[in-house]
Amino acid sequence: MTAATTPVIEVCELVKRYRKAARNAVDGVSFAVQPGEFFSLLGPNGAGKTTTISILTTTLRPTSGSVRIAGHDGVGDPAAVRRQIGIIFQRPSVDPSLSGEENVRFHAMLYGLFPYRPTYRMMPRAYRQQVEELAALLGIEQDIFKPVRTLSGGMTRKLEIIRGLMHRPQVLFLDEPTAGLDAASRHNLWDHLREVRRRGDTTVFLTTHYLEEAEQADRICIIDQGRVVSLGTPDELKADLLEEYLVLDADDRGALRRQLEALDLRVAHTGPFQVTLNGHSAQDVIRAIDGPLTMLRTHSPSLEDAYLRIIGATSE
Amino acid sequence: MNELSAVLTVASRDVVKLLRDRVRLIFTVVGPFVFIALMGGTLQGNLGRAAGFNFVTFIFTGVLGMSLFLNASQGLISLVQDRENDFSQEMFVAPISRYSIVFGKVLGETFGALLQSLPMIGLALLLQVPLTFGQILLLLPVSLAAALVGGAFGVASMSLLNSQRTAQQIFPFVTLPQFFLAGIFNPIKILPWYLSVLSLASPMRYVVDLERNVAYAGQPAYAKVVLLNPLTNLLVIAAMFAAFLAIGTWLFVRRETRR
Repeated sequence: MTAATTPVIEVCELVKRYRKAARNAVDGVSFAVQPGEFFSLLGPNGAGKTTTISILTTTLRPTSGSVRIAGHDGVGDPAAVRRQIGIIFQRPSVDPSLSGEENVRFHAMLYGLFPYRPTYRMMPRAYRQQVEELAALLGIEQDIFKPVRTLSGGMTRKLEIIRGLMHRPQVLFLDEPTAGLDAASRHNLWDHLREVRRRGDTTVFLTTHYLEEAEQADRICIIDQGRVVSLGTPDELKADLLEEYLVLDADDRGALRRQLEALDLRVAHTGPFQVTLNGHSAQDVIRAIDGPLTMLRTHSPSLEDAYLRIIGATSE
Repeated sequence: MNELSAVLTVASRDVVKLLRDRVRLIFTVVGPFVFIALMGGTLQGNLGRAAGFNFVTFIFTGVLGMSLFLNASQGLISLVQDRENDFSQEMFVAPISRYSIVFGKVLGETFGALLQSLPMIGLALLLQVPLTFGQILLLLPVSLAAALVGGAFGVASMSLLNSQRTAQQIFPFVTLPQFFLAGIFNPIKILPWYLSVLSLASPMRYVVDLERNVAYAGQPAYAKVVLLNPLTNLLVIAAMFAAFLAIGTWLFVRRETRR
């Protein structure tokens, strides 16, 4: 990824106000996503994530602002954008009364990958081969011809991902794809997504409110009340917002405090002491202390800490 | 080419779903039997001679027109159903025109209505409705026109409704008066002026009358039963089809994208 690369997603001053709404659901959001990047839009419920992804995927018109996906204008040329994207919606968008194969065939024909044929047997060999491969990948060689309602929630999600990738999109949008799935299915789905990313250079745009999912992204954009409140790599977000600190204690608290203050460190509490590292390494601090410690604990900020602080700050 | 393939894809999904819905299929085939055989039979026995025309043919053509129109228009509830089941998202993010999607739905439900209603012609023959081979052949394109205008009427109606529940509650209010105003079971040759106005506004009237143009052709009862000449009926049906489809599609697409 170089600075000269043209972003595959460019969002500029995006605003959406629903009819009869008192405030903007999306309120001046701007960001860019590079090709091949795994980008996550993180925020609490009602933050504007689904509205943003709906505009990016051309199913909703913005009130103002611009969106470009793979070089095409999302408002002016939505059909061109749709050809370049795959979408996994928040709620499954498969027809449960059709079989997995029929759902896939419907998608393939709608995207013009193959001309209309009424049955599986009448479809070209290339299609049937593709279906066999994907059924094998999911381990549903037999079940792919059964109605989707007989598949598990996790399996249905995987089927949707495979369906969404059939037309080889440049960007795969995932709108809270693991909502409603149990832990095992979530884990399994993420393994599958990692495999998808490993095999191709698909850009992945994820909206989620699960921090552990967002943390896997190359960059995270935190959105709250329709506005971008933070944007960066997971490490940058943590580093910018929270400091690492040590918690120390000793029988002779007076001596310990003097030694810490001599290092020019900010010492909080009367004991145990909370010591903000302020650029020092924990080893340097511990090495400089002379005398036995009764407590030594390091605190490294988690993304959850950063997230809660960011969200907390905007809602205050 | 892709748009045509997309229209066929959308249409065939609805036909496949209908063929798998046995309850719906049985109901739509058995229902008309009750009307044509039982109602037509009793009316023919008691009023046929006095009326001066065959009531079984009268009810058959009325029910055929009504079934085609209703099955196609009610089938369009699937537009609302797809929205509620989130399947419409899959269609709306495909690189095809919204108009192809809506037209595909109309075509699918039209074909479904033909599948549901055409067995009725066999029933009519069993009940000795006097139909020539030529008339049966002519009933096919006429029935296609009836189902198409029903489908377009369905789009226009559904584009104004929010949910399946609302659709199921409101739809009978839109269609029930048409049963009487279109003269499905009852002759409407003579009507008070205010009912005439309402009857002229009923799309089902032209559909049923066109079926009767064909079924009563060459019979002495033609003048007693038929209201307008076939060309007028066909022109009104074509105009209504174009208007309903254009307005319905425009409203539907607008509603989906401008929230």
